[in-house]
Amino acid sequence: MSSAQNMTLNLKIWRQNNNSSEGKLVDYRVENVSPDMSFLEMIDVLNNQLVRKGEDPVAFDHDCREGICGMCSMMINGKAHGGYKNTTTCQVHMRLYKDGDTIVIEPFRAAAFPVVKDLAVDRSAIDKVMAAGGYISANTGNAPDANSILIPKPVAEEAMDAAACIGCGACVASCPNGSGMLFMGAKVSQLALLPQGSVESPKRALNMVYTHDNLGFGNCTTHAECEATCPKGISIEHIARMNREYLKAAFTYHEKKRSEGAG
Amino acid sequence: MSFNLDSKIPSGPLAEKWDKHKFESKRVNPANKRKYTVIVVGTGLAGGSAAATLAELGYNVLSFCIQDSPRRAHSIAAQGGINAAKNYPNDGDSIRNLFYDTIKGGDYRAREANVYRLAQVSNNIIDQMVSQGVPFAREYGGYLDNRSFGGAQVSRTFYARGQTGQQLLLGAYSGMMKMVAKGKIKQFSRREMMDLVVINGKARGIIVRNLITGELERYAADAVLLCTGGYGNVFYLSTNAQASNASASWRCYKRGAGFANPCFTQIHPTCIPVHGDYQSKLTLMSESLRNDGRVWVPKKKNDERRPEDIPEDERDYYLERIYPSFGNLAPRDVSSRQAKFRCDEGHGVGSTKQAVYLDFRDAIKRDGQETIAGRYGNLFEMYERITGENPYKTPMMIYPAVHYTMGGLWVDYNLQSTIPGLHVLGEANFSDHGANRLGASALMQGLADGYFVIPYTLSNYLASSPLEKVTVEDNAFKDAEQAVKLQTSKLLGIKGKIPVSEFHRKLGHYMWDYVGMGRNEAGLKKAIDGIRKLREEFWHDVNVPGETGNFNIELHKATRVADFLELGELMALDALERNESCGGHFREEYQTQDNEAKRDDEQYAHAAVWEYTGQNSSPIRHKEELVFENVKLATRSYK
Repeated sequence: MSSAQNMTLNLKIWRQNNNSSEGKLVDYRVENVSPDMSFLEMIDVLNNQLVRKGEDPVAFDHDCREGICGMCSMMINGKAHGGYKNTTTCQVHMRLYKDGDTIVIEPFRAAAFPVVKDLAVDRSAIDKVMAAGGYISANTGNAPDANSILIPKPVAEEAMDAAACIGCGACVASCPNGSGMLFMGAKVSQLALLPQGSVESPKRALNMVYTHDNLGFGNCTTHAECEATCPKGISIEHIARMNREYLKAAFTYHEKKRSEGAG
Repeated sequence: MSFNLDSKIPSGPLAEKWDKHKFESKRVNPANKRKYTVIVVGTGLAGGSAAATLAELGYNVLSFCIQDSPRRAHSIAAQGGINAAKNYPNDGDSIRNLFYDTIKGGDYRAREANVYRLAQVSNNIIDQMVSQGVPFAREYGGYLDNRSFGGAQVSRTFYARGQTGQQLLLGAYSGMMKMVAKGKIKQFSRREMMDLVVINGKARGIIVRNLITGELERYAADAVLLCTGGYGNVFYLSTNAQASNASASWRCYKRGAGFANPCFTQIHPTCIPVHGDYQSKLTLMSESLRNDGRVWVPKKKNDERRPEDIPEDERDYYLERIYPSFGNLAPRDVSSRQAKFRCDEGHGVGSTKQAVYLDFRDAIKRDGQETIAGRYGNLFEMYERITGENPYKTPMMIYPAVHYTMGGLWVDYNLQSTIPGLHVLGEANFSDHGANRLGASALMQGLADGYFVIPYTLSNYLASSPLEKVTVEDNAFKDAEQAVKLQTSKLLGIKGKIPVSEFHRKLGHYMWDYVGMGRNEAGLKKAIDGIRKLREEFWHDVNVPGETGNFNIELHKATRVADFLELGELMALDALERNESCGGHFREEYQTQDNEAKRDDEQYAHAAVWEYTGQNSSPIRHKEELVFENVKLATRSYK
């Protein structure tokens, strides 16, 4: 652990009471910030100061505080999760900042993510995209023995790379178009790579993209900001694979309506 | 009032109990299932898998979670793996073996029949999760890979890098989302359960707070499934997520659900040590690291040298020394306690002297850095991000931290609590891990309960008990909601000086110091006394700013801490009444000559089940005697 000196920081934090009120940046000063603190612990310290003064603490989303639940968000100095490689906001530590620094903290901003309060936003659109096809239709109890489905190690590894998505929405917040193609592409790609998932792949690609577009997410124009800020390092190759699945499906997939068989 | 603690264990040979029970259980025919509504609180592995499965079967499911999405439940943070008795590596595993290891690992304080069923369905879980697209680790031939975990001498742990919990949870979540799309699950996020509604002795609904609007909402159903996880956050610092809390369980306890073995908590041996007062949580380093990492302390006390400068013969690899047959993979309770002993003796390292080394030097020398990075790369990165130290070059520093709670609401073989209709799944119940849980068994239990147990036992409940129609206009709903409103306005009206988190931190100190790894009579009494005073202080001087009609994060914390302040006392009381050491419950008065836990099977081979009797009266301790017909009670040895 470092033994560097504690710091004083100037924060500019977005305060907004709810989705229908206006917001603004408010200045705060936090003293005695240890370099070993996490970024969220620094905000905890600020909030305790505010509570002691009888003021409304800053609302922000957070839960596991170890970079896996995807609950924490925030734009730190204009970058989702602060812009550090493979790092969520909760994993950012104050040793990355210097005494006297000014830090601007805002919510994720995207058409599909309305502000709930202060730094907390509503990301339920991610669930809606997932409900449109981000699954394999395997009912409980149907499964064959796990080793009856052989999956080459490199394929399993690539599927795992995609499956690592934590659904935080940093890709959306850092995309100039507010696109959700990276988190959606990661799921489509993961399932398309696996034999179990490839069965439903065409339908999945069509339905998820359709839902995504209707929820106010923009399209992908390959800026790759999403890949640069993704805290799990998910590659835009998965968007490419989704696009291939989508194109294939658009040309070849038609769900035929058949009359129900007689009983 | 007396509790009915009939465990409803089916008769017959152990291996046939579950099959027999399923056969004898009543079923709800497919067309009738749609007439029933089931509330599932929590969307972790237990809640997510239960909601998805029940919806597939045709029930109408109302699912609630505290986070902004069901995909964020804290099961997601489980790193290492999930056990199953597949015996794919051909190393001698079997259902009986997994059963035995789990019973022994729990220090003979779990029910045989439940644990055997858990081992039986463990294999179905792996099949199910693979079919849902969970990208488990594979060997080059395309077959599933396994690794070893503590307390076992076989490799039965399936894993997806260091993110097994995440991958399993996303599997369960995807199953849920499929049923959300079909309209069979109504999902409510950012809701916190504030009370259970009991009508004519049966659980028929819940009151929840909408955390965004602050409004209280009422939901009625034919049964309630509580899948709300454990209560480790009573210690303030733990590996649990910030929102993990005990309130749902605690409110059910106050409505008549028995709380079993509250003092059985798991202190995980390998966590990043505490480093400051401002700290909000402790981060676990997966037990899987002990497959390759060696745990040691300097032989010399207060050794100030860098670990790299301490020669081999001046290092004490104490787990290998004391437990040669299990070595670094000794179970969690044992490993934690030994770390504490070393630090108490003055061999601790780091600035606080409350840490031991977990060293990968030899593994890197043997297998190469690339291989080690392949196995644990993400964990090493996580460690470096938090501590600023590179574990490829210098050993990790680790110390035990609160991780899991084996205790929880009492349930019978059907996972039903002492309140008919209230079923409790996953970590929230007490059932399968006895006094100590083995690594990679929590994921197994959560999914077993949700996928393969509750679908059968719930249909038996619904088909065998006539349920009258209830609506949210019934008085029981109004009364329960009114009680929550009263508590809320009371909290907001105190307008004291001290923030909620200060109380929580103080409670955590009592819990860690006196109800933690080592417990004794004097300390426990001190804790009970201290917690009572703290609770009084809380209700006089807590500062909860704001009002109820919006997203009030301090109010959310305050209701949880109010409950922790009561639960903490019950945990200390339970520890005080259990005059033996077993598993994670180590009473310093009861130990062998070489400092191992000394059980008292004559007096304490039972689950202690606590009954709430009112705010100003003492709870009553009941017993469910544990009957061991298939394993011999033996002193647990890992030597």
